Amino acid sequence: MSLRQIELEVLRYDPEQDDEPRFQKYSVPCQEEWVVLDALNYVKDNLDGSLSYRWSCHMAVCGSCGMMIDGEPTLSCKAFLRDYGSKIRVEPLANFPIERDLVVVLDDFMSKLKRVKPYLIPKQHKPIADGEYRQTPRQLKLYKQYTLCINCTLCYAACPQFALIPDFIGPAALALAHRYNLDSRDGGRAERQEEVASHEGIWECSFVGACSEVCPKSVDPAGAIQQMKIASTVDWYLERLMPWRNK
Amino acid sequence: METIQTDVVIIGAGGAGLRAAIALAEADPGLRIALVSKVYPMRSHTCAAEGGAAGVVKPDDSLEQHFNDTVGGGDWLTDQDAVELFINEAPKELVQLEHWGCPWSREDNGSVAVRPFGGMKIKRTWFAADKTGFHLLHTLFQTSLRFDNIQRFDEYFTTDLLVADGRVQGCTAIEMRSGMMHQFQAKAVIICSGGASRMFPFTTNGSIKTGDGTALAYRAGAPVKDMEFVQYHPTGLPGTGILLTEGCRGEGGVLRNKDGYRYLQDYGMGPETPIGEPVLKTMELGPRDRLSQAFWHEQKKGKTIETQWGDCVYLDLTHLGEARIKERLPFVHDLAKSYLGVDMITDMVPIRPVVHYMMGGIHTDINGAAGLPGLFAAGECACVSINGANRLGSNSLTELLVFGRRAAESAVAYINGGDKTVDAGAANDRAEASRARITALFQKSGGGETTSGIRREMTESMESGAGIYRDEESLKATCGKIAELRRRYNDIELHDKSNVFNTDLFQILELGSMLDLAETVAASALARQESRGSHQRLDFTERDDSRFLKHSMAHYQGEGPPRIDYLDVTITKSPPGVRDYSGDHK
Repeated sequence: MSLRQIELEVLRYDPEQDDEPRFQKYSVPCQEEWVVLDALNYVKDNLDGSLSYRWSCHMAVCGSCGMMIDGEPTLSCKAFLRDYGSKIRVEPLANFPIERDLVVVLDDFMSKLKRVKPYLIPKQHKPIADGEYRQTPRQLKLYKQYTLCINCTLCYAACPQFALIPDFIGPAALALAHRYNLDSRDGGRAERQEEVASHEGIWECSFVGACSEVCPKSVDPAGAIQQMKIASTVDWYLERLMPWRNK
Repeated sequence: METIQTDVVIIGAGGAGLRAAIALAEADPGLRIALVSKVYPMRSHTCAAEGGAAGVVKPDDSLEQHFNDTVGGGDWLTDQDAVELFINEAPKELVQLEHWGCPWSREDNGSVAVRPFGGMKIKRTWFAADKTGFHLLHTLFQTSLRFDNIQRFDEYFTTDLLVADGRVQGCTAIEMRSGMMHQFQAKAVIICSGGASRMFPFTTNGSIKTGDGTALAYRAGAPVKDMEFVQYHPTGLPGTGILLTEGCRGEGGVLRNKDGYRYLQDYGMGPETPIGEPVLKTMELGPRDRLSQAFWHEQKKGKTIETQWGDCVYLDLTHLGEARIKERLPFVHDLAKSYLGVDMITDMVPIRPVVHYMMGGIHTDINGAAGLPGLFAAGECACVSINGANRLGSNSLTELLVFGRRAAESAVAYINGGDKTVDAGAANDRAEASRARITALFQKSGGGETTSGIRREMTESMESGAGIYRDEESLKATCGKIAELRRRYNDIELHDKSNVFNTDLFQILELGSMLDLAETVAASALARQESRGSHQRLDFTERDDSRFLKHSMAHYQGEGPPRIDYLDVTITKSPPGVRDYSGDHK
């Protein structure tokens, strides 16, 4: 197993002690196949027990370990050292308040997630005893991609609109609303439109597409938002051209 | 100290905790529910489950078949009344998930699809590609957002149960962002904190799986049951321990040794089945314990492949073709490629057994009630005994649904069954004691031990002494080692004195949980002088029903090792028989 010496430059911030964030350097002996998270764990276990960050699954599905790595929002468990130079800069996700070190405050994201009503609002009630709703593979495929979001919030760190306008509901939450809107079992689109089609919703998006580029699960929130814009525009015209439909 | 008055506290917000919370909210919209977790719900380790959830739904299947597969798979250490209840409830729970929006994979006609899994006679595993746990967790979490009476306390680290007058009346927890201790005063507590496989060095489990909830209950006096039964999943990626779902074999993947030989046929699981035509309940679709044990024997024979990460065998999926792999196994395809650099479409994947699941846990009855009034448990942290000596793949996701709901309903019945007023004074005294324990950690200096050092010694000792095969000598060594580490644990110094998101502190507390539970694993294994399911003794190679058709119960004894006694297994209709996974079985 070949070893490689990496210099990690990690943003540190403890609100009880630091007036402002600072960088701390660690020299870490790394194995070739490691990811950045492995290097951080080496620091935590061997060099500096006070370094704070979130992680759990180490397989890119729990969504805990998003960070800025060399300036890019990345899951540190999937940031392979082989793709980086011998100096790596690690910072907390951009556009979020820092709680401590690499840990960011997620309250705002969690409340936005709830606002879009990300749960099935059934078209028609069906008792459990009557079994499952039928849904063909084709109907499933229509929304499946948008179910894959792991709430890692990399897309918020990448989004220039969210950086400018913190009230923007943002990519992940909007994509999740779209996921339920597209589900053949769901009838809740009208209820979600209140939030989704508001001025803090889809119309805030300027279609830069950075969210989809950084998404580790290829959810394509930018695509979801554009689809919702088209659907909302169609709504708008239909309301005016065919008012009898508004019943 | 801030006090939260509530009706029910749930510790852990993974699959079981969320299912319990929804069941409570539906049972009574006026009920106050506090859902407490050291992580945000969607970070819970349920998200890492891949393969699927078992439930009888297809016309060619039957409840009886699911019962027999589960009881035999568990080597008759399952409680058969619990299994019967479980398999009866399973399909309803899976349909309920469907009604809440879970994106189950489908047949062409729109009905839910099922896939085969190890140890089952008929295929009955519901799946959402190879991210079933992820979808199940997110469906539950998102559904829970509908209920205003579920109050979440995300990133609160629970430190103690509040026990007064012989009843559990809440818990204490540290708000991780502020370091402030809170006390939750409640009429009932449901623990849903998951497993503890991080006590081993090589595991599929995420870093959060340190058994905190199980340890809380154990220290408070609730016994833990069958802790010696630790499941090794046969197909983990070397190095990282990342799981490659049993669905790989369900879809037709085969295991080969270094000569390309399908060695499972030499271990009672033959004859060899044709490539691309997997036969249920034999060869690669044998149970996890047998497959992991076969690896151990191949390793002894020198038939494994030496890699930089240790000895491996091959998982061969190359005959499945790109389309099927990308449709049914997209996640593990990506995982093997990313973390090992192997494309399973064209190349065989090196794999090895990896610690995956604890069959044991907080002893509960069939209603999810633990050994203390007011305490309930469900999911991997609990042992209601549907898994026995070896859990059948795809029963655990269903288990956390069935028993998450059931524990909630039992808690409601308990609350309504007489005066459960919290003794606020007594609860407060206990909470202050809990806070004092943490404060002492902050004030103590010197000692010279480190969390990572003791953790490393613990995991190494568990693997070497209480791994796939064990004997008296290895287990005694591990018992001695863990006892020593529990003493040395008191000399760990907390260096980080910050109140804000102090992971140095939480890692110390997690290590304490793991050490206490590791001791129950080793002690229960030493006392069980037989081989059954996942517990294999080189010095007692046969199952011994006359002495050990019993559950091990470990009772906390403070600084000393646990006291072990036994509880009879409930057998209703299936007397202990032979586990036959040969192709000739009926």
